[in-house]
Amino acid sequence: MSVNEKTREIRRRTWRDIDLRAVAPFAALVLLLILGAIVNPNFIGITNLANVATRSAFIAIIAVGATFVISSGDLDLSVGSMVAFVASLMILFMNSGAIADPALMLTAAVLFTVIAGALCGLANGLITTVGRIEPFIATLGTMGIYRGLTTWLSQGGAITLREPELQEMYRPAYFGSILGMPVPIAVILAVTGIAAFVLYRTRYGRHVVAVGSNSDVARYSGIPVNRVRTIAFVIQGLCVAIAVLLYVPRLGSTSATTGILWELQAITAVVVGGTALKGGAGRVWGTICGAFILELVGNIMLLSNFISEYLIGAIQGAIIIIAMLVQRSLVRKS
Amino acid sequence: MDSEAVDAGAVVLSARRISKSFSGVQVLFSVNFDLRAGEIHALMGENGAGKSTLVKILSGFEQPTSGEIILDGNPVKLPPNGAAEALGIVIIHQELNLAEHLTVTESLFLGREVTRFGVLDRKYMRSEARRVLDLLGSHVDENAMISTLSIADKQMVEIAKAISRDARVVFMDEPTAVLSREETNFLFRQVRKLRDQGTSFVFVSHKLDEVMELTDRVTVLRDGQWIKTSPTSMLDGESIAQLMVGRELSKLYPAKREPNVDEEVVLSVNALSTGYVRDASFDVRKGEILGFSGMIGSGRTELMEAVAGLRSRASGEVFIKGEAVPSGDAHAANRCGLAYMTKDRKAKGLLLNSRMTANLTLQSLEKHGKFGYLSPASEASALERARRRFDIRVRDGNVVAGRMSGGNQQKLLLAKVMETEPEIIIIDEPTRGIDVGTKQQIYHFISALARDGRAIVVVSSEMPEVIGLCTRVAVMREGRIVGMLEGEEISEQEIMRYAAGLKKKAVA
Repeated sequence: MSVNEKTREIRRRTWRDIDLRAVAPFAALVLLLILGAIVNPNFIGITNLANVATRSAFIAIIAVGATFVISSGDLDLSVGSMVAFVASLMILFMNSGAIADPALMLTAAVLFTVIAGALCGLANGLITTVGRIEPFIATLGTMGIYRGLTTWLSQGGAITLREPELQEMYRPAYFGSILGMPVPIAVILAVTGIAAFVLYRTRYGRHVVAVGSNSDVARYSGIPVNRVRTIAFVIQGLCVAIAVLLYVPRLGSTSATTGILWELQAITAVVVGGTALKGGAGRVWGTICGAFILELVGNIMLLSNFISEYLIGAIQGAIIIIAMLVQRSLVRKS
Repeated sequence: MDSEAVDAGAVVLSARRISKSFSGVQVLFSVNFDLRAGEIHALMGENGAGKSTLVKILSGFEQPTSGEIILDGNPVKLPPNGAAEALGIVIIHQELNLAEHLTVTESLFLGREVTRFGVLDRKYMRSEARRVLDLLGSHVDENAMISTLSIADKQMVEIAKAISRDARVVFMDEPTAVLSREETNFLFRQVRKLRDQGTSFVFVSHKLDEVMELTDRVTVLRDGQWIKTSPTSMLDGESIAQLMVGRELSKLYPAKREPNVDEEVVLSVNALSTGYVRDASFDVRKGEILGFSGMIGSGRTELMEAVAGLRSRASGEVFIKGEAVPSGDAHAANRCGLAYMTKDRKAKGLLLNSRMTANLTLQSLEKHGKFGYLSPASEASALERARRRFDIRVRDGNVVAGRMSGGNQQKLLLAKVMETEPEIIIIDEPTRGIDVGTKQQIYHFISALARDGRAIVVVSSEMPEVIGLCTRVAVMREGRIVGMLEGEEISEQEIMRYAAGLKKKAVA
């Protein structure tokens, strides 16, 4: 009897739990796929789709970090500049020739990059929490700082990976594949899986959502609000570092214009994915879906002949507005 | 159905067979209600009885699932989101709806600013605002920023706003919850005056004495159903309470039980000062219920937040079981076994958009898994336990906290605090805005916790509550503890004397 009741309870929960807002981005993705298939039969091919997914990797991974920052009620505008800065540091480190053995050098460079990313995030976090500066302003400041430092490091030009041996060894990190899957896609899945686990299944994830939905309630519940927010920025920094690890082997070079406007694309992916910009609800898988949608739209425009690809920015801008309108109408219904 | 025509006022607004469901859960069942011109009509019922929903439907904030609304004899569909104000139907919300960055005058004229030649006529608006505030006997400065006002003053501004809109029908949802006795008197005087001029009021309150004092008729709802409408003069407080609960009210307060004098002192506060609180000292023993009484703004909450580490202290010490607790460290106080339950359950207590489970375990997540991992099964069983222990009654276990009734929210908040297994519990306003039946339950929970050997501090503005529950009562006035009453001394008059500053004694 009681077992019966329990299963009934569980079953009821599964169908009543479906949140339209969580499903909406995936529905939009399916619609886009259908639209793409109509426009151009080559579109739906595995090669093309894998290509699109691979190219969405940078924004997708950065946006996963942004999901944490936004869920906790903050915002990070510096991620695009941070990519340029951390990537420049990584290449300069590898060019320094401090370690002779290429394999060892690569390992050290990866470690160095991860630490650099985490420190950049930590700086953002501390400025917002300890310095008590609005995250919008604080990260607007660091956005300028990271970008400026990159320009200075590159002296206005490009920073290029010089060691051919290192380059050869590092190449597969972007162009290779694992179990038939391009590495970037595998990395997206791994990062998202870990992020989803942290956000939905750990104490820290619960704290993030609590701080984002009402920081007073969180404080009165004994949650160290500032620490939770700072760690979210550090997670953002780590995600930027992972994106850099994929970015550097692709071109082997950075410049002052690397990652320009990526912060806006990342925020768009998060919002299109169903995370509320005012905090309190994070949807990691939705974020990935959002990043994929952005890339897919560009791809469809390239493959079709009726819209100029120069309009891509305008279309992406329209998407974020449409996504917000759809979300709001769903809120009203539920 | 109602007792026919005691006074001859024509019916202004009425509800005919109104039903309402929220996502499949019916909360109103074919309710009838009518409001005559120039009457004050009390709407009574336990939390979750459907009062707030009925008020929202009659003011256009919600649309009924079935049934009709009749205004001046004609069926109408009220426009949503406060647009019914144009029809003279005004609601004073339980939650204050004021923009913090506007001045009092700007708030009063928000959306209907007076202009001369297209330019704001500030002088006229200011003098008009002053006039309305004076009518209410309020001392609030018409140029003050809303954010600088106390909750009571904000409430006054809300009331002034409604009155200044030449309303024909005014809904007041718990308007006196945060008002002092004098402010309440001023408000009532003004309400009566407006009634005599033909304005109708619907008065939602849990305070039986105020209902008896102010209203002309009473309608009682229970579990979403209409129970009775009757002239107030034909009822007394006891009978209204019985209609609301639907059963004889057993004794409201459980028997008091004094702790042994040699029982261990678990919480000791020594000469604590903050910005406002000065030199406060008190001890609490195991198994004791210590009350804190005083006027609103006397510094009780500030003192308790400082004790709980939610606010830093300027000086003074706090010892929990002999161990000194650092200033401003809520986590440390928590670890030592002290928990503070806020009086503001909506803004500081619960995540209104989250489900019960997330709220319940928020303060005690370390109990539900290892290395930061959370076990859903462990959390679910905690919720099951809490629902049984604190009798949290909801039809759908996945409901978000914001959709629950005030009484159930309060029980959930208590359950959340108790999940940390504290030995010392500071409860700030344990029963604010909840119905008699739930109040009684909460009193019994508190008493049972004390019997279990926990030390309890109850801060309350409702004097009967402090008198009925506590074996010792501290009275605060202007940031100081001015009296400590025990046994026979604990009476309304005596507390009042200290709270009003007529009497003062050195506190040990």
